[in-house]
Amino acid sequence: MESVVEHLLPRLKEITGFIYPNEIELHWSILVVVYPYITGLVAGAFILASLVKVFKVKEVQPTYRLSLLTALAFLLVAPLPLLAHLGHPEKSFEIFLTPNKQSAMAMFGFVYAWYLMAVLLLEIWFDYRRDIILWAQEETGPRKWLHKVLSLFSSDISERAVRFDRKAVQAVTIIGIPSAFLLHGYVGFIFGSVKANPWWSSVLMPIVFLFSAIVSGIALVLLIYMIATPMRSKQIDMDCLDKLAGFLFYAMIVDFSLETLDFIHRIYESEESIEILSELVSGKLFVSLVVIQLLIGMIVPLVAIALVKLFRTPAELRRLLYFVSALLVQVGIFSTRWNVVIGGQLFSKSLRGLTAYKMSIVGVEGLLVSIAILVLPFLILLALFKILPPWKEARHEFGPPTGSG
Amino acid sequence: MNQAAKIENRKRYGRRSFVKKLLFAVASLLVPRFLAASDKLKEAPVWILAGAYNPNEHYWGMGIDISKCIGCGRCVEACKVENQVPRDPFFFRTWVERYRIMEGGEVAVDSPNGAIKSFGNDREEKDIVRSFFVPKLCNHCDTPPCVQVCPVGATFKSPDGVILVDAEYCIGCRYCIQACPYGARFLHPETRTAEKCTFCYHRISKGLAPACVEACPTQARVFGELRKKASPLQRFLRMNKVGILKPSLNTEPKVYYADLDMEVN
Ligand code: SF4
Ligand code: SF4
Repeated sequence: MESVVEHLLPRLKEITGFIYPNEIELHWSILVVVYPYITGLVAGAFILASLVKVFKVKEVQPTYRLSLLTALAFLLVAPLPLLAHLGHPEKSFEIFLTPNKQSAMAMFGFVYAWYLMAVLLLEIWFDYRRDIILWAQEETGPRKWLHKVLSLFSSDISERAVRFDRKAVQAVTIIGIPSAFLLHGYVGFIFGSVKANPWWSSVLMPIVFLFSAIVSGIALVLLIYMIATPMRSKQIDMDCLDKLAGFLFYAMIVDFSLETLDFIHRIYESEESIEILSELVSGKLFVSLVVIQLLIGMIVPLVAIALVKLFRTPAELRRLLYFVSALLVQVGIFSTRWNVVIGGQLFSKSLRGLTAYKMSIVGVEGLLVSIAILVLPFLILLALFKILPPWKEARHEFGPPTGSG
Repeated sequence: MNQAAKIENRKRYGRRSFVKKLLFAVASLLVPRFLAASDKLKEAPVWILAGAYNPNEHYWGMGIDISKCIGCGRCVEACKVENQVPRDPFFFRTWVERYRIMEGGEVAVDSPNGAIKSFGNDREEKDIVRSFFVPKLCNHCDTPPCVQVCPVGATFKSPDGVILVDAEYCIGCRYCIQACPYGARFLHPETRTAEKCTFCYHRISKGLAPACVEACPTQARVFGELRKKASPLQRFLRMNKVGILKPSLNTEPKVYYADLDMEVN
């Protein structure tokens, strides 16, 4: 047994003040940081796609299908970090068999299944249906069959049928927006509802989670668009990019205001926990919270995009600034998740001391597995690009079919 | 645990089988299953409580007299032995904290290895204004947040008020550990399931007292019925001014402390 707990021994030395003896082991590791990060990207990418559909923002049309596929790729991976962190992943189906209806976590499976089946897959299917049928008609061999199966052997591409598809997409989008809010707001609730933990326990938690999700989702789609387009030797649509950066900017302003509100609220109320929390923020969390999350992940990109908006900047420079900003935003949002999940476990519930977290590199709950989980959605996305190309030229405009993408 | 069992264990929780289980679990996510879950939940206590003991006839609680506790740590040792709690200094179903209020108002709190070997002296006697010991354990909260959050209902409240964990059901998500405000829970390093004090359920259901209560040389711990007038616990509650831990969280602990100092949390 020594080997199982060996890693905890050096931890004893890093404790400051008093912690309950059972608190030495930090229970939610980096995997639980990855989980809300991923669901945030899903919700954010989907909400971006919905902006196109519901508010008919024409400029960002080129990213509509891209956003949907991105959301799908990340959603498929979302349960992995959760499963991997369980002590008994093989029993996880109990969540479906005997869910405790009072438990926020038990709802995960249902929220997830709803979002995957009733929202994302439906919307993608209806949106692509006509194209899939036309692709299948032009293709031969396995691809033909793949697309035939994906179209669920439907073949009606009459105007009436296509009009129905469009209506269906609209309807699903309208259900989809609250669902996306639910998916990620719910993740915030998992933390926000833990009254034992003053760092987590806050009604604002789901809302802060949501807006940071929108921020990260838009930034991700922007990054993918900027990387994928030149790789296909196509021109980046600057109108689209400017609009995306604009959305990103406003979402960040809201996110920033919410977080500031939370901060002021805590300081003003100065509850029992304030002392240990300020010790945490000014000590063990200083770099990841103040420097990375706030400065590098929020203020720098905000200023950069604001400058671009204020001054006329050449397209080349704009692209560079957008790209760097979106990258920094990703880093910032990841550390936001880190600061919530890990930060919330670094202080003792006795409010008298701090513990430490040392990430393992190998091992199921280690860094390598987390990186693998974060890379996986991109591989899935590449495959999706092959099967369901989201690009404009692959789309069949009405009229005689042109070559496939 | 012997060598063979250790190896067996490691195999069971080894990486390859882990991946297999992971795949299986992912697959299970895709299969919709519908079953009245709460029915199973209700059965759980009954499986455990087969036998002559009727949980509906009891309601258990504990009283702790802080002024009687001498910090010897025998309760901690007794609990580790009785419940096969891992010996490492990170896993406790019960532990003892020492509070020393120093000249100038500083409060020094410690619990070295849960106080299983009592306490040493690392401060000048003359600087200490006041000091006392506080034994801690699961409070068997009447409105337990740990039960509320458990996604599979593995943590549940038995009809006699005791909060138990069904290791068969526990998936090791550790949400309950996060939700417990008192640090009463830990993840067993070998079974990978949540654990905590059960009031020695295997003993109380046979009419015996919990091991810690029996081991205490000063009778600082009183165990008994909360709903029966004649019980020693009722007498304890009548005779003392009692307090509970973190009352503001509204968890309604059923472990009551006599002489509780405001510094204790
Ligand atoms: S003390 Fe903690 S583990 Fe025990 S019942 Fe209360 S919340 Fe649950
Ligand atoms: S660790 Fe086990 S007992 Fe605790 S909440 Fe998860 S499933 Fe329930």
